Amino acid sequence: MNYEYRNIFEIPPGRGFEAGAADTPEVDLAAFYAEEFVRDDFGPMRDVATPEVVRHYTRLAAMNFGVDTGFYPLGSCTMKYNPKVNEDAAALPGFAALHPYAPARDVQGALQLIDELERYLVEICGMSAFTLAPAAGAHGELVGMLLTRAYHRKRGDDGRNVMLIPDSAHGTNPASARMAGFDVVAVASSADGVIDLDDLRTKLDESVVGMMITNPNTLGLFEPDILKVADAVHGVGGLLYYDGANLNAVVGRARPGDMGFDVCHVNLHKTFSTPHGGGGPGAGPVGVCDKLVDFLPVPRVVKKRRKYELDYGAPDSIGQIRSFTGNFGVLVRAYAYIRHLGAAGLRDVSGAAVLNANYLRAKVARFIEVAGTAPCMHEFVASSAKFGRGSAGDIDKGLIDVGFHPPTTYFPLVVPEALMIEPTETETKETLDEFAAALERIVTDLTADGHAYADAPLNAPVRRLDEAAAARNPILTQMMAEEGGT
Amino acid sequence: MNPEELNYSETHEWIKIDGKVATLGLTDHAQSELGDIVYLELPGVGAEVTAGSEFGVVESVKAASDLYAPLSGKVVAVNDAATQDPALVNRDCYGEGWLVKVELKDPSEVENLKTAAEYKEFIGA
Repeated sequence: MNYEYRNIFEIPPGRGFEAGAADTPEVDLAAFYAEEFVRDDFGPMRDVATPEVVRHYTRLAAMNFGVDTGFYPLGSCTMKYNPKVNEDAAALPGFAALHPYAPARDVQGALQLIDELERYLVEICGMSAFTLAPAAGAHGELVGMLLTRAYHRKRGDDGRNVMLIPDSAHGTNPASARMAGFDVVAVASSADGVIDLDDLRTKLDESVVGMMITNPNTLGLFEPDILKVADAVHGVGGLLYYDGANLNAVVGRARPGDMGFDVCHVNLHKTFSTPHGGGGPGAGPVGVCDKLVDFLPVPRVVKKRRKYELDYGAPDSIGQIRSFTGNFGVLVRAYAYIRHLGAAGLRDVSGAAVLNANYLRAKVARFIEVAGTAPCMHEFVASSAKFGRGSAGDIDKGLIDVGFHPPTTYFPLVVPEALMIEPTETETKETLDEFAAALERIVTDLTADGHAYADAPLNAPVRRLDEAAAARNPILTQMMAEEGGT
Repeated sequence: MNPEELNYSETHEWIKIDGKVATLGLTDHAQSELGDIVYLELPGVGAEVTAGSEFGVVESVKAASDLYAPLSGKVVAVNDAATQDPALVNRDCYGEGWLVKVELKDPSEVENLKTAAEYKEFIGA
C-alpha cells in the first residue's frame, strides 16, 4: 500500500499523549547549564496527535523496501536473508547492555567472542591474524592500505607510490588507495572480463606498492590467473590486497591466503549475513599474512594467564582506527551465523549462491544479453544496451512497480547499460522464476516500445525522481511554515 | 558530430588551437557516455597542466572521472558558467560548454593529437 509522503512537520497540529505530572521534583536547568544552552522557546516545533505520530512512523516503515519485504538482487551488495536467531544472540543482555568502558575482567565473554571470531576468520580466509575493528568494507580497505604503507616504510622502501586496480573494481578501491596517498593505475580487463595479464605486466615495476583485486570480480567471474597475478605482483615487491566483497561466492571452498593475498577485508554484512540496515553499523574485518601482523591496529584482544586483555602496546601498529573494539553487535551476529552453520554449512552457502546465480543467469540469458562467459560465480551482469541509452534505468523502475528491488545499475563501468544481478543463496527457485518472468515481461514491452517504461515507477510512494537535479541542486533542509516555508 | 576543425585526445577531450592558446572541452562521445553531468572541478587561472596528467574531475549521475590534459601549459581562462551549471557540457559540449583555455608550453605536442576522422575511428563510431 502506498501513502503520500509527508514529513512530521507537515502533519496538522494536534494534541499528544500527556503522561501526567511527574512524581519527581522539577529542577531549574539554568542551575546546571550556562544560559545560552537553556531554551524555553521551541520555535515551530508543535504537538501532533499521538495516533498520527504512530501512523506516520509505521507508514514510513511500510514504504521502505528491505530483504524481509521482497527479492533484493542488488548485485555486489549481497542482500541475503539475515537470520533472526542472530538478532536474538546480539540482544542477549550480556552483549547488548555492555558498557564500552567496562574493564576487561568484567567482559571476558565478549572478549572471548572477539578472539574466537578472529580465529574463525583466520581459518576461513587462510590468513595469519585479523582485526575486527574496521566499521565497514571501505574502512577495511583503508586499513589495508595503511597496513601496506606501514609494511613498505618499515623496510625503508619509501619510493613506491603506485597501487594497481583492475578497471572492473568497486569505486571504493581507488578511493581508499588515494586516501592512503597512493597513485592509482588501472589494469585493463581482457575480452573475457578478467585481468589482462599482458596489460598487468606492462605496469609492473619497482614503483608498485601493490594491487587490489576483488575475486570473483564484479562481473561475477573467478580470476583464472590469480596465482600468476600474485607471483607477478610479488615479483616486483608489491603486496596483494583482497577485496572481500564477493567472498560469499567462495567461502568454505577457496581462501584468499591460498591465492597469494597478503591483506584482505571481509564484509560481515555480506558474507556473514549481518544487516546492511540504513548504511550501518557495518563491519569490515581485515586479515593479514605473517609479515603484516605487527602493523595491525590496536587494541588487540590477547589471552594472558587464561584471561583476556586489551593490548595497546604494539610499537609498529598503525594505531587505533575505530573507537573501542569496533561495532561489537555486528560481530556477535556474524559469530552466531558462523557457529550456526559450521564449516560444512558455510561451504553450502557458497555452493547455493553460485547455483542460484547460474540458474537465474541461464533463465534471463534467453531474452537479455549477459556479459562474460558462463558459468558465473555468485552474480552476473546483464546489458540492456540494445534497448538504448537509459534503458537499464527504465528496467529498474519497471521492476519496482512489480515488487522487486532493482539490480545494481550502471556498474561495473566496463559493461554499457549494466544490470548487475545477485540472487544470493537464500532465495527459493520460485522467487527466481518470478523475477525472471517479470524481467522478461519488461524486456518484451521494451522490444515493442522503447519508451514503455519511461514513466515508471507508477506504483511506488514516489514517481520517477530527477537524479540529475537532485545531485546538481541538493536541498538538504526544510523551511518550517512559521519561517516562511510551506 | 565531431567538428572537423578541432583536434581530439584519446581521453576524450577536444582541442581548438588559436595561435598559442588552446581551448579544451569534453567530446560529445564523452558527455553522452557519462550521462547527466552534475559536477565539474577545474583548475584555477594560472595553474600549470601537463600533457597526460589529470587537470580536473567530471562527475555524472553514473560515474566520476578524471579529466586529462591533452597538452602542457598554463591555464589562462576557466569557464565558470560550466562549473556553475555543468549541464552546459551536456547541452553544448563544443560551444558554451568549453572547459579551460591553456597557453601552450610546447606547441609541438599538438602533433600527438587526433584529427576528427582519427577520433571517430578511435571511438568506433
